[in-house]
Amino acid sequence: MAVIHDVIPAFELFQPTSVDDALALQARHGKKAWVLAGGLDSFDWFKDRVKRPEVVIDLSQVKELRGVRTTSDGLEIGAMTTLTEVVRHPMIREKYGILPSAAEAAASPQIRNQGTIGGNVSQDARCWYYRGGWPCYRAGGNICYADTPTGLNREHAILDADRCVAVNPSDTAPALIALDAKMVVRTPKGERVVNAEDYFIGPGTDITRMTILQPGDLLTSIRIPSAWAGAHFYFEKARDRAVWDFALVNVAAAIVTSGSGIERIRLAVNGVAAHPVRLKAVEAAVIGKPRNADTAELAGQIAIQGAEPLQYNGFKVPLLRNLVKRAIRGDAA
Amino acid sequence: MNLIEWAQSPWGGQVPIHISWSLLWVSAIGAVAFLIVHALYVMITGKTAAAHAGASSGISTAEAARIPEQVTRHSFGARFFHGIMALSMLALLFTAFLPKVGVQFAWVKWHWIAGIVLTISVLYHIIHASFVLDFWSIWPDAQDREDAGNRLKLAMGQSAPAPKKFAKYPLENKLYHMVVMLAGLSAIGTGVFMMKRVRTPFFVRNPYLFSDMTWGWMYVLHGLAGVGFVGLVTVHIYFAIRPEKLFITKSMIFGTISRENYLGHHDPQRWVVAGQGSASAGSGTKKVSA
Repeated sequence: MAVIHDVIPAFELFQPTSVDDALALQARHGKKAWVLAGGLDSFDWFKDRVKRPEVVIDLSQVKELRGVRTTSDGLEIGAMTTLTEVVRHPMIREKYGILPSAAEAAASPQIRNQGTIGGNVSQDARCWYYRGGWPCYRAGGNICYADTPTGLNREHAILDADRCVAVNPSDTAPALIALDAKMVVRTPKGERVVNAEDYFIGPGTDITRMTILQPGDLLTSIRIPSAWAGAHFYFEKARDRAVWDFALVNVAAAIVTSGSGIERIRLAVNGVAAHPVRLKAVEAAVIGKPRNADTAELAGQIAIQGAEPLQYNGFKVPLLRNLVKRAIRGDAA
Repeated sequence: MNLIEWAQSPWGGQVPIHISWSLLWVSAIGAVAFLIVHALYVMITGKTAAAHAGASSGISTAEAARIPEQVTRHSFGARFFHGIMALSMLALLFTAFLPKVGVQFAWVKWHWIAGIVLTISVLYHIIHASFVLDFWSIWPDAQDREDAGNRLKLAMGQSAPAPKKFAKYPLENKLYHMVVMLAGLSAIGTGVFMMKRVRTPFFVRNPYLFSDMTWGWMYVLHGLAGVGFVGLVTVHIYFAIRPEKLFITKSMIFGTISRENYLGHHDPQRWVVAGQGSASAGSGTKKVSA
């Protein structure tokens, strides 16, 4: 069991001023290097002495990773842009209101001032067995301590569990999936742009990672296409307390209506699996239907298909169903 | 290089969690090195393991003529087992090790499904080999040991009696079968218990069935068998496609070998086939067709 110490184990600190320098440092130090964004996830690991990187690459001085830029097809948000900047950006608020809603739901004002959108989507699982330094699957071991008859798994997965039952804790992730965002990743082989929903991976793909980022890779920006600008948005986060808490379940929806029916929709949830889940079956089922109680009921039932609750998180099944229903109906959160 | 990865259990003890995955490369590179050395040896010396087998078939021309043109080497049941076993083994190796070399996919479900197929096929094989086939034909006997010693002496330039031709299975086949059996039973035995750690329709999960230490060694044994199979399968495929072994490979597909190959590579007194005169069979031999 990890014990919190006051002193972080020593490491060599690098503060590059460009993406190229950061990538070069990552290439030089490989798996020994730890990329530091806002530090909210990283310093937990360091202070608990569970992760002891030899090298830390602090991205705070890389100006090109900061800020919001307009593009010919929407917006590009630098990965080091803070959550507060995302929340306050006028164009994001005007056209992509779901993203500020999600970013504002994350943690607390102080954390949002320091935490970055890149860090928010790339943060590690919050399972306490894993964070506590126990040799679970995600830590490279051969057991999931949470998925046992006596495991404390109230906050854990109900969908897509594969040995590990930890969930993805990001609030902005489902909103970015709903917006059909593209993640721009610099790798040693060049730039790679992936859909937001493909950025996150489950334990079946790689049980030790939450995203596609490999050692040497760097998330540089997030592109928001204009296709969903001004759509009807819905974001809701269910949590135990109103601030500074991770989601039990959150839901994000972007909906374009035509007449009385749903013309286009993207719907994603998080907190229910090791990766944010885009509910494609729900999307397909509700297209062409009105945003009413019947459609919402149908959507809710489809959303929970395949759910396998653990010992203590059965409540997440009706919670997921009801959040999806509310998203379809467009209820005020 | 650590051969085993260790971790600290929640109770503070050091427990093994699995083998070091670098052993995968040791096995793969070792197998490739072996086959390169073997190929070079055969190319340079022109000798194969069977080259020292006695030249005489030990039966008369009339007796040889009574042997069918095509001698059944593997029954349909045996070939079917081999095919299923091979497919499941390849599926197990790919699902186990592709993610270790960077090809990421949801492998666990496919791995245990292939494991179940392998387990069922091996159970079938044990029953089939015990009650239908000649069970002892795959085990090295006294003649094999004597001939192996003689072949070794001849290979080292010493004088020794010419070894006899092989029985139904060459000694290297028998030894390979023994190693595969040990590795296979290790992988299956541990794999069946490991299914208690993942979600399947067959077992209620119970990761606390054994202590962390017992589970750890089970994972180590499973891993050792797995990486061992990487080398074993590589070598097996290599020999299967070697020109002098192709008739055996074809017999695993079509079931038979030609009379010429039978008389050229096998001792009719040690492997008696249907149609062969019983007079030629030595004492203690068994008449079998597959």
